[in-house]
Amino acid sequence: MDLLRFFTAGNVDDGKSTLIGRLLYDSNSISTDIIETLTRQSKTTGTNSEIDLALLTDGLRAEREQGITIDVAYKYFTTDKRKFIIADTPGHIQYTRNMFTGASNADLAIILVDARNGITDQTKRHSILSAILGIPHVLVCINKMDLINYSEARYKEIETDYLIFAQQLALKNISFIPASALAGDNVVTKSDKMNWYHGPTLLDFLETIEIAETKKIEAARFQVQYVIRPQTDELHDYRGFAGKIVSGTYKKGQRVIVLPSGIETEIEKIELHQKEVDVAETDQPVVIHLKDDVDVSRGNSIVSAEHLPKTEKEITATICWMDNAAFIPGQKILLQQNSFRTKAIVKEVISKVDIHSFLELQSDGSMKLNDICKVLIKTADAVSFDTYSVNRGTGAFILINENTNNTIAAGTIN
Amino acid sequence: MSKKLDYLDALEAEAIYILREVAGQFDRPALLFSGGKDSICLVHLALKAFRPGKFPFPLVHVDTGHNFQEALDYRDNLAKAIGEKLIVRKVEDTIKTKKLQDAKGKFPSRNGLQTYTLLDVIEEFEFDACIGGARRDEEKARAKERIFSVRDEFGQWDPKMQRPELWNIYNGKINKGENVRVFPISNWTELDVWNYIKREKIELPSIYFTHERECVVTEHGQLMCTNKFLQLDGNEEVVIKKVRYRTVGDMTCTAAVESEAYKIEDIINEIKEAKISERGATRMDDRVSEAAMEDRKKSGYF
Repeated sequence: MDLLRFFTAGNVDDGKSTLIGRLLYDSNSISTDIIETLTRQSKTTGTNSEIDLALLTDGLRAEREQGITIDVAYKYFTTDKRKFIIADTPGHIQYTRNMFTGASNADLAIILVDARNGITDQTKRHSILSAILGIPHVLVCINKMDLINYSEARYKEIETDYLIFAQQLALKNISFIPASALAGDNVVTKSDKMNWYHGPTLLDFLETIEIAETKKIEAARFQVQYVIRPQTDELHDYRGFAGKIVSGTYKKGQRVIVLPSGIETEIEKIELHQKEVDVAETDQPVVIHLKDDVDVSRGNSIVSAEHLPKTEKEITATICWMDNAAFIPGQKILLQQNSFRTKAIVKEVISKVDIHSFLELQSDGSMKLNDICKVLIKTADAVSFDTYSVNRGTGAFILINENTNNTIAAGTIN
Repeated sequence: MSKKLDYLDALEAEAIYILREVAGQFDRPALLFSGGKDSICLVHLALKAFRPGKFPFPLVHVDTGHNFQEALDYRDNLAKAIGEKLIVRKVEDTIKTKKLQDAKGKFPSRNGLQTYTLLDVIEEFEFDACIGGARRDEEKARAKERIFSVRDEFGQWDPKMQRPELWNIYNGKINKGENVRVFPISNWTELDVWNYIKREKIELPSIYFTHERECVVTEHGQLMCTNKFLQLDGNEEVVIKKVRYRTVGDMTCTAAVESEAYKIEDIINEIKEAKISERGATRMDDRVSEAAMEDRKKSGYF
């Protein structure tokens, strides 16, 4: 059984929370005490339905009071086929950073479209963000079909509109499902009102979709998180480099290069949970031992000698500005990529991405909350990276304000 | 194209990654250990993350004085068996030195008082990161909390000022006096924890399995084992039942559930069938209000 991480973006108005609530409720993932609480709350908030499923996802007092989703909430459910992690993110433009956050490590995006309204600015914005974040699959869920009499013609029209719009985006896999979250059509149970639709229900789709694990065929990438040195009598010379395999596979005896130093050496031993293994795969937490006694510390990379990443002090990237305070030209910042951290500076704001048209607009050099911009960043120490479209694991980074310590931007390397 | 990791392997890998980030990013971290199943899993994960080296942090237990003896014995034995440092600080002592009002009522919970001791021990050892076993599926405010959750000098959580947390990049930079609460098993559910305990053959305190106990029935129908800390008035219904604990907290606020489960497999089946959530079934402290947990977190609790 594997794990699928997906995110949903939208507002209460689109039925996003209702949809998640429906998935959890109909798959028996909600306990009776929580339903009791919800029933009580639903009465206070005065919604018409028996239980306001939206209340399930709004965890903070301020959210319940205002009836909006402010922050990312994580929800979990398991069926016989899969474990699911849902990042439930707000849809409003002022919460773009929260959506960016929830979507960053998702395998799949569920984009909700209100069948009455068709493709809106919000649909476009969410799709563009999904494209920037390289989400492997996009599911367009055309919701509220009950309010358009389950019309096939309208559904087809929205599907066509979406595909025309999506042509300019490099979205990898797009699927469509007509549904009504409120009425329960095609969420967990197949609707008897849309005989013209022969595809899976939403839950069927989630349970069976094959997530393209392109990572496995990428070059071997590993970054050191921590150096294990027991310094005991019997383990006097033990020096193991602990970290997670970001991509590819590592084998005993493999030729590798340590970056940024560029020294070539060989893998002497790989340990996984204190046992020696010959081969280790992507995502496994391992301890690597090198044949030669080379200088390796936290944040250094140990990579395939055959296929090197770029190692540079200047990168161009697409970043989402996440700080309430706007960007100040010349501001000293830190760049963090996995466990690697270096001082950096944004040298130039090259352009601003219009998140409704995906057009690159001329930049006036400013960046404020929720802006998406292409920038040139100069770093103090060289960064070893692949472009984000090739490797999500080495092509992503965050920017930290050295003064406030806040995470002020998230970026993907171009 | 090979398959993705099995879900338990994926959760385990994520937790180990987070533990190693704590070791790499902080000068004085600590692992908060309660003797409950979640923190027991954390210790197991730390062994996987750092052996054959020593843990880069001590285990810290905030002892409310209302703990189950089984959990305390387990704690001491575990620390000895793995040869790691254990620091214990008692709420009892905090109450004395700070002249605090002890908990009152029939079920006098020291849940709120615990926060004082926790903040004191953080200050005493200047801990900059505290690893805890909280999970997002436990409670709705927890569902919103980051894996690296920054707390100010007063230990307070501000849900509206949380740092964005993207991919698996964790920003643990803080100013002196602040600390970060780190939750490596945020993405695990109760069932995941049990499946992991089963797979890894992790030993647990005996109270997680069925045993006979004398209990009183609360007004909400919960079973509280009779013990010297409860302030009973003698009018309660006393019953003897076969019970086990789904969570191990204080004897004053953790209820038992009726159960015949004496093997982990039985427990897993029970949870799959369970109609009531873990905290709903067992915790009296969350029943106070809709935002009980959010409020406690804001004032420095886990």
